[in-house]
Amino acid sequence: MIELEGLTKRYGEKVAVNDLTCTVRPGVITGFLGPNGAGKSTTMRMVLGLDRPTAGDVRIDGRHYDRLKDPLTYVGALLEAKAWHGGRSAYNHLLCLAQSNGIPARRVREVLDTVGLTAVARKKTKGFSLGMGQRLGIAGALLGDPRILMFDEPVNGLDPEGIHWIRNLMKSLAAQGRTVFVSSHLMSEMALTADHLIVIGQGRLLADSSMADFIAQNSRSRVRIRTPQRERLLDVLQGAGITVVDPGAEVLEVDGDKSEAIGELAARYRVVLHELSPQRSSLEEAFMRLTAGSVEYHAHDGPPSGPRERPGPRQQWGSEWRKG
Amino acid sequence: MSTPQHPMPQAAPEWQAAPGSPYPTYTSPIPVVRTTLWHAVGSEWTKIRSVRSTMWTLGVFVLLVVGIGLLAGAVVANSSADASNANPLELGFFGLLLGSMCVITLGVLTTASEYGTGMIRTTMVACPNRGRVLAAKAIVFFLVAFVVTLVSASLVAFAHVAMLEGEGALEPTGEEWFKATVGVSLYIALLGLLSLAIGSVIRHSAGAITIMIGAVLAPLVIALFMFSQSLKDVQQALFEYSIPNQLSIFYANSLTDSGPSGWDPLWIMLAVTAAAFAGAVALLQKRDV
Repeated sequence: MIELEGLTKRYGEKVAVNDLTCTVRPGVITGFLGPNGAGKSTTMRMVLGLDRPTAGDVRIDGRHYDRLKDPLTYVGALLEAKAWHGGRSAYNHLLCLAQSNGIPARRVREVLDTVGLTAVARKKTKGFSLGMGQRLGIAGALLGDPRILMFDEPVNGLDPEGIHWIRNLMKSLAAQGRTVFVSSHLMSEMALTADHLIVIGQGRLLADSSMADFIAQNSRSRVRIRTPQRERLLDVLQGAGITVVDPGAEVLEVDGDKSEAIGELAARYRVVLHELSPQRSSLEEAFMRLTAGSVEYHAHDGPPSGPRERPGPRQQWGSEWRKG
Repeated sequence: MSTPQHPMPQAAPEWQAAPGSPYPTYTSPIPVVRTTLWHAVGSEWTKIRSVRSTMWTLGVFVLLVVGIGLLAGAVVANSSADASNANPLELGFFGLLLGSMCVITLGVLTTASEYGTGMIRTTMVACPNRGRVLAAKAIVFFLVAFVVTLVSASLVAFAHVAMLEGEGALEPTGEEWFKATVGVSLYIALLGLLSLAIGSVIRHSAGAITIMIGAVLAPLVIALFMFSQSLKDVQQALFEYSIPNQLSIFYANSLTDSGPSGWDPLWIMLAVTAAAFAGAVALLQKRDV
C-alpha cells in the first residue's frame, strides 16, 4: 500500500505536485492519470525517494522508501525508458541490480525470459528499440518479485502485441494480491486496465474513485435534438417536465436516456424534428473535461494563424524542462 | 476528493495495518535479504567490469606507464651520459604522470556517467542509501585503480633497475622501492578517488574531467608565467604543491628542496580527497537524483 499525504513538490516558483493525498491499495490496478506535465512522474520519483518532497509525506506500508532494507523485493519500478548504461548488456544490467539486493542470479534469466529478451540478453542495450527498452525496464521491475509495482507510462513505444502483453501482465500481478500503480496520459488505456483511478492535473488531485464510479459519473448519456421549431419544442419539453441543459444556437440537448419520450412528445404536438440522437460521452471526453483547466501544453486547433492569436506569455517556453 | 470506500477497521490507522492488513498481500518465494554495503560493492564491481570505458581507460593507462617507462629506460641505458649515482626508479615518473589522466577519467566516469545515461535513478531505486552507493563505488574503484597502478609501476621499476644495472646506477633502498611502487600507487588511486568525488558533485563527465585535468596541470603552468618578483613565494608554493611535483617526491626528485617531502604528498592528497568526499556525500543526500 502506498500512502500519499499532502505531498507537495516545488521547483522554485513552479509547483509540480500540489498537496496530493491519496492511497494506492493492493490487489487492484490503480491508474494514475493526467495530461503531460501534470506531475505524475514527479510523484512517482518522490514515492521512490529520488526526489525529496517540499512538504508532505509518502509512505510504503508505513515506511519511507529509503528505510526499506530490501527495496527491490518490496517495490519494483519502471521509471522511464532507458535509465541505464547503453554499453552494458541486458544481462549485466539486471545482474548488477540483482546483486545490489542479494537477489539470486537465476532470477535474471527468469525475468529476461518473462519479458522475452533472452535472445538479446548478451547484446548491448544501446541498440535496443523503444519497445525492447521498455521490456528491459519491466524486467528490472519484476526482478525482485516485489509486492508493489510502479510503472510510469509502460505502454510507451510498445507494439499492439506488447501492449496486450503488459495489460495482461499487470492484471495477473494485481490478481496475485500485489499493488500495481500505473501512470498514463491515455484514458482509453486506463479504461481497459485500471480498477481504481487517480486523476491529477497541474499537480492537484482531480478525482480519486473506482473505475466503475468514474464511468458512471462521467460517461453521461444525453439526447441531441435539432429542430426548425425550436421555441415550440422548448415549450413542449418544459410542459412535460424535461429540462433542456444546453440550448445552443441550433441544437438542443437533454440529459439522460430520454430519446423515446421526446420522440413521442414531438409526434403528439406535431413538432418537426431534423435529428433526435442519443449520445454517450466517452471517457476520453470526460477526462478532457476534467483536466481542461489544468492542461500544461495546449495545442490549438486549425492552421497556425497570425500573431494576434498567439497565446500570452503565461507559460515561459522551456520552463518545464527541469522537471525531466 | 473522495474517501476510500473499502472496508477499513476503524481502530487501526492505515499505515499500521500492514501485518494484519485486511487486503491480501503477495508474498514472494524469493528469500528476502537485508542488504548491506557488500551487496552494493558486488553490484558496483559488475558495473565497472561490464563497460568498455573501463577497459579503454585502464588499457591506455598500462600502455602509457609501461610503454613510456620502457622507452625512457632504453634511452637512458643506451645514451652515452653517465648514469652513475642516479636512482633508476626515477624514470617511472613520466609514464605515471601521463597515465594519471586515464585514472582521473575512469574515476569521473564511475560516478558522472550514471547521470548522463539515467542509470543513477535505477541505481538509487535499487539502493536508496545514497551514501552507501558512493562508498561502494569508491571501494571498488580504489581497489581497481590501486592494483592496476601497482602492477604497472612495479613492472616498470623492475625493468628500470635491470636495464641500468650495468650503467653504474645506484641500487635502490627498500624504502625507495616501497615509495616508488606502493606509495605512488596509493597516491594515483587517491587522485582517482578525488576525481570520483568531483564527478559525483559535477554530475557531468566532460566537465568533471576538465576540472581534474586543470587541477593537475594549472598550478605548474600558472607558476611558469609568474615572473614578478613579488609573486615569488606564490610561484614557489604552486610549484611545490602542484600534483606533478607531489608525484615526483615519491621518486625523491622534487623540483625544489623545500616544500613537501617524504610521505607528505600522500597525506595532502588523503586530506583533500576526504574533504571532497565529505562534500560529495553531503550534496548527494541533499539534492534530488
